[in-house]
Order: sequence, then C-alpha cells, then structure tokens
Amino acid sequence: MPEAEYNATELMIINAARLLKDGDQVFVGVGIPNLACNLARRTHAPNLQMIYEAGVIGARPNRLPLSIGDPTLVSGALSVCSMFEVFSLYLQRGNIDVGFLGGAQIDQFGNINATVIGDYQHPKVRLPGSGGSMEIAAWANRCYIMTPHQKRRFPARVDFRTSAGFLAGRAEREAAGVRGGGPQAVVTNLGIMEPDETGEMILTALHPGATVEEAQANTGWALKTAAHIRVTEPPTENELRILREELDPAGIYLKGGG
Amino acid sequence: MSKLTSLSEAIHQHVHNGDLVYAAGFTHLIPFAAGHEIIRQGIKELVLARATPDLIYDQMVAAGCARKVIFSYSGNPGVGSLKWLRDGMQNGSLEWEEYSHFGMISRLQAGASGLPFMPMRQTGALDLERANPLYQRVQDPYGGEDVVVVPALHPDVAIVHVQRADSEGNAHIWGILGEQREAAFAAKRVILTAEEIVDAELIRSDPNRTLIPSLVVSAVCQVPWCAHPSYTQGYYDRDNDFYLGWEEMSKDEAGVKAYLDEWVYGVRDREEYLAKLGPNTQERLKPGLRLSAPVNYGSY
Repeated sequence: MPEAEYNATELMIINAARLLKDGDQVFVGVGIPNLACNLARRTHAPNLQMIYEAGVIGARPNRLPLSIGDPTLVSGALSVCSMFEVFSLYLQRGNIDVGFLGGAQIDQFGNINATVIGDYQHPKVRLPGSGGSMEIAAWANRCYIMTPHQKRRFPARVDFRTSAGFLAGRAEREAAGVRGGGPQAVVTNLGIMEPDETGEMILTALHPGATVEEAQANTGWALKTAAHIRVTEPPTENELRILREELDPAGIYLKGGG
Repeated sequence: MSKLTSLSEAIHQHVHNGDLVYAAGFTHLIPFAAGHEIIRQGIKELVLARATPDLIYDQMVAAGCARKVIFSYSGNPGVGSLKWLRDGMQNGSLEWEEYSHFGMISRLQAGASGLPFMPMRQTGALDLERANPLYQRVQDPYGGEDVVVVPALHPDVAIVHVQRADSEGNAHIWGILGEQREAAFAAKRVILTAEEIVDAELIRSDPNRTLIPSLVVSAVCQVPWCAHPSYTQGYYDRDNDFYLGWEEMSKDEAGVKAYLDEWVYGVRDREEYLAKLGPNTQERLKPGLRLSAPVNYGSY
C-alpha cells in the first residue's frame, strides 16, 4: 500500500486528535485545535464536547468556524452562556477535561509566552496577550500544545510567562495550588514531547521519518529523550479524507500552516 | 418613557473627551457604527476598554481618539495583529492596562454586581500579575489559599448592540452573549443600539430573553447593520473578507486614512454606510432561517 502524502499541519492535527478521549469536555479555539476536535468526534470520540470561550457549550458547527465567535458555533449548540459563566462555571469550577494552547514561545517546562518579546514595559514585539490561556493552562485537567518544531519557538526560558506549564518544575506548580494537571503533550511536526516526573518536556515520540537529531537541532534546550521512543502511526487515509474533504475543504487552515 | 434618539445625538450627549468607554461584544454585536460616530465627532483622549479590542478599537486608535487601552486579547483573530494598537504599545504612544479574559470580565462582573472587587483562583502565571498592579492577592478568610482579585470596572459609558429592544431600552439578545450584560450593568451610562425597535409587548412575550432592562439604559438608537463588519446573529453574518482585508488596509497611514475618509468621514451615518455597502454585500451576508421552537410561558 502506498504511503499517504500529508503536510506538517495535517500531521500535528491528526496526532493531537488521537490524544482526545471519547466524552472529553474540550475548551477549544478556532483553527487547528478546532479541526483536531472535529476529527476526533468523527473517528474515535463521537461524544467529545466542544466548549468555546465565547460561551458556547456543545457546538456542532456546520461550516468551518473562521473566528472564535463564529455564528455557526451557536446554531445547533447545546447551550450558550456569558463569558463570565463559561470561565467560572465551566473552567474555574473544574468541568473542563482538555484545553488547547498555543503561543509564540514554549519553554522546557511547558510555560507559554503569548504576550511580549523583550521587556514588558518596552516591548520589542508586542503579541496579542493571554486571552483565555492563563486560566485554561491553569484549570483544565489536561492541556495540549500544537506548534511547529522550531528553535525560536522553543527557548529554554520564555520572555514572559503568559500561562503556566510546570513553572520551574512540577513541584513548583503543585506548591502554587493550581488545580489542573498542566501540559500533557506538545505535538509538533517532528514528534511529541511529554513531561517527565520533574515536569520537563522530553521527547517521547517521533513521527515516521523524523529523527532525534532533527528534534534536538530545533529545540532551544538540551532535549532529553525517553528510554523508549515511540514512532507514531502515520496518518490514515480516512483521517486525511475527513480533514480535507469534510472539515476544511478550502484548505484555509490545512494549507495555511496553522 | 421612550429613550429613542439618533446615534449621533446619543454619542454627543453621553461620550465626552477623556471618558472610559466600553464598546461591548465578543466577536458578535460589536457596535462599529458607534465607534465610527465617535471618530466623526472628533472625541479625544478616550480610555478604550474591551476584552478584545478588535478592529473597532484599532480604527479608533488610528483615528486619534484614544490615550489608553484596557484589554485581554489584542489581535485580529485568525488573521494577525491589530497594527495600530501594537505599534502604539511598542513606540510608547499608547498607554495600556492588561488582563486575561477572566480578569477583564471579572472586573465588569464586580462593577455590575456593586462589589469592590472579584476573587479568582490562582493560575500560577505571575508575570501579568506583577506587570499590572491592579491585580492583587487577598487571604481567603475561610482558610483556603489566597485568591487573586481585580477591582470593579465602572465605565463612564458602555455601548451595547442588541437584536431588538423596545423604545425604553428593554432588550432581547441571543447568540454569543460575551460581556454585554455585565458591561451594561457596570457602566454609569449606557447607549443601547438595536437592529430593530419592537413593541413592548413583544419583549414581554419572552422575558427570559430580556438580558438588559430599561432601568440601566440611557439612550436607545435604532441602527440596522450597526455591527458590520462584525455580525448580529440571525440578521447578518460576519464579513470575514473585511477582517482579512484590514491587515493590508491598516498597514500604513495612507491605507487607514483612505479607509476612514471613505467609510467614516465620507458618510453621514450608518444609513449612508449601508447604502454604500450595497445590496450585494448585504445579500452575501444574509443567513438562512433556523428558528427555535416556541415555549409555553402559560397563561395564569
């Protein structure tokens, strides 16, 4: 059987979708996390529920949402509430299983910077800021991060901690009394990093064809590797078909590189 | 008593130089027509607060209306950045005060509830707490962990767009609710804009949908298509082409000036803007019909 062709974005979405469980309550953003959730719902997790920070619970979008508050999220949803309610009743109360996060920089302990490059008061590059990510990172039971594997995205330390991973290590996060479990996986185009017992992100899986050397060369800290590195299953034709034909037929996110 | 007035009169009456303005709406119901009217009236030195400044505040900053922004996510979602806010923060010409989404809307929730502050659980991410001194921590008097607190926000004026209201300002909203209600209750004055002005009896036919009561409303304006290029659920879709196009339009002063000259200074009001937008765009953005099932409130 010939191997299916796929790009880096498709590879990340498919591997992130496989991390989701049936019945998960997922706090989701637009773009590639939305595609991962919809893919999981159409494959192994039909009872996954999508919750949007705009206050939409159980969205069933008929078209690809193009903004975080797209009206297609509302039509046919289970419930709509205010933003204060979605952040308090759902997220702060502990009713969210999974949160998706992204940012300009992700460090060795999964802390994320989405705020500023350089000094906060005198920014070199001003980024959009937290949005909901400060609370999602803290209070969702599990967090997943999807990002291309590039050295500038993975510095040893972030310039600004917009949202908490394991801080300077798992013990510090525990001492801070933050209720969620923290980042459970960073899915890149080369493989997957997961936290070890200290909370440090280590390489635990490689996608077919990727190497440890490649991952190290694109990471800003001395990347540790798991004793046994798994090779992920290549994307299946069914997964690619659902993504390309059903979810993003115009290729808005699949071809845009996320 | 009717509070109906024109949008230009409402802005003239209720928005003054230096005011703290909260033009509400999370992606949905963003009152662009009101932002444009503020620009046309040349109101200056405003403090512009919104969770997501969106294109409306980028335009107002570009037009020179603002001295400061208060926000929690300053980007053009899925497209890029808000150039005029970003540059203003980078070159020091614009003051800012920053929160997470929950911090920002907790400030409104406190203001709307008549409380001095609102507590939130800790998040472990301390950098923003350190950067913004209005984030504080207080001890849980019941023996739990310290909580993070933010102070009540009381905008001088909130501008809130809705699907329909009666002439006194009792308003029905559906779709994404964002922080519409909290902004209205937190503010000192409220300008309510509505797609439709309807009979009071229609509002009373579905009281659960009345999220903003006349009690907190200062002025009511009928402004169809007020939210374009944002959207009004069931009335018109988001004009995503415009959001994508803003990236290019806003990249230099000439581009912004051309936009403002044509679409803000070049029209008298939203009615003229809408005529200029034309029937093809209006048709493109019209959604299909998807009605909810009626409920029986019962006759007693």
